[in-house]
Amino acid sequence: MSALATLTRASLSKDLRLEWRSKDAINSMLFFALLVVVIFSFSFDPTAEESRRIAGGLVWVAFLFAAVVALNQTWARELRNQVLDAYRVSPAPANALFLAKALGNFIFVIVLEAFMTPLFIVFYNLRALGAAYQLLIVSALGTWALVVNGTFFAAMSLRTRSREIMLPLLLFPISIPALLATVEGTTAILTGDYSPKFWIVLLAAYNVVFTTACLLLFDKVLNAE
Amino acid sequence: MNQSLHAAANPIIVIHDLVKQFGRFAALRGVSAEFVAGRLYAIVGENGAGKTTLLRSLAGLTQPTRGSISMLGTTDLRSVCRQLGYMAHPSLLYEEMGGMENLRYFARLYEIQDDERCARTISAVGLDPTLIRPVGQYSQGMRQRMSLARALIHDPKVLLLDEPFSNVDARSARQMTHLLTQLRDAGKTIFVVTHQASQLEHAADEFVHMEAGVIVRRTREWMTAEAP
Repeated sequence: MSALATLTRASLSKDLRLEWRSKDAINSMLFFALLVVVIFSFSFDPTAEESRRIAGGLVWVAFLFAAVVALNQTWARELRNQVLDAYRVSPAPANALFLAKALGNFIFVIVLEAFMTPLFIVFYNLRALGAAYQLLIVSALGTWALVVNGTFFAAMSLRTRSREIMLPLLLFPISIPALLATVEGTTAILTGDYSPKFWIVLLAAYNVVFTTACLLLFDKVLNAE
Repeated sequence: MNQSLHAAANPIIVIHDLVKQFGRFAALRGVSAEFVAGRLYAIVGENGAGKTTLLRSLAGLTQPTRGSISMLGTTDLRSVCRQLGYMAHPSLLYEEMGGMENLRYFARLYEIQDDERCARTISAVGLDPTLIRPVGQYSQGMRQRMSLARALIHDPKVLLLDEPFSNVDARSARQMTHLLTQLRDAGKTIFVVTHQASQLEHAADEFVHMEAGVIVRRTREWMTAEAP
């Protein structure tokens, strides 16, 4: 277990260092999300009440599309110079690499959310009528649901010819329950009309199931020819 | 084929009827061979002869369609991966990181957390461990040496090197050959896939000639295809 943690930490710190130097994922995600916010704000002119009802959907669709941009780049670094082969011939467990990539993507998307949320608040004049702290829980669970599957399917589409198209095709259908729960949970907190508890539990259960499945299957994906 | 060359008493690697098919193309067509420890084998042949596929199969990166590979007494290559160093034609290095940073990361994969050892390995291949330039800015020769350092960091018993001399100047190639002979003399078994077999003329213990996915002959001396 400690070896898994050590290797996950080593791979994660390597990925963070590489991203810090290139800023490939963060820059493209931020730019993309910013465009979505601006386009949405020009397209709709909602009242404060309407904003609360639609903001959950808008925010998460923007984050989902922006995250796909980063997820597509997750494994690109490992393909350059076939670095992934160096990992495959080593005794390091495949799960350490998967966890590091998923955690890295989680951090990137959380950073994106931290930058974009204030903009959404300003553009849509948002104010939560429910317990605002619950937004943090929904956000963390929703983001993990997105990145854990995204990291897995990005690895799966690595060896396909059109992997950038393949990722959304694989990821979006399987993310529908998580996206629905995240949007509903966010809307519940923003409007204060109903409790987000059911959606939070659903997200937590979704995460447990899919994280376990990804960890169990990743070794096969990594070593597939 | 000279039987005396490969009828080894105590082989470290035994390949039996190895077939690797990519769709309808057979890259390896029933390769059978034995290799003993502490020798330097040069695997030579034309493009498409199956050299790289054989090396990748030995590294466990390619699963055979048929046949088996036994290394260090086991057919489970994953269980002996700590004893295996692999250097591919691409560098297998992160271009945005420095040499030392790369090696530190790859050492961790083998549970080695020893900066001194990383520095020693980089020095052993003739590079400066204090160089902070990213690997992407290295010359091709420096990249090849760094790649060799990565393959050596965990002190493996078996080294699999794919085209270590490609795009390397004559002096660097000579230095690499000298290093390989030192490693062989230290007891390592080394396989070098190369198109520049003449580089290993005086270093290799055996030349393994491949053609169309099979080993056609094994010789102690380097001889071209036209030679008798």
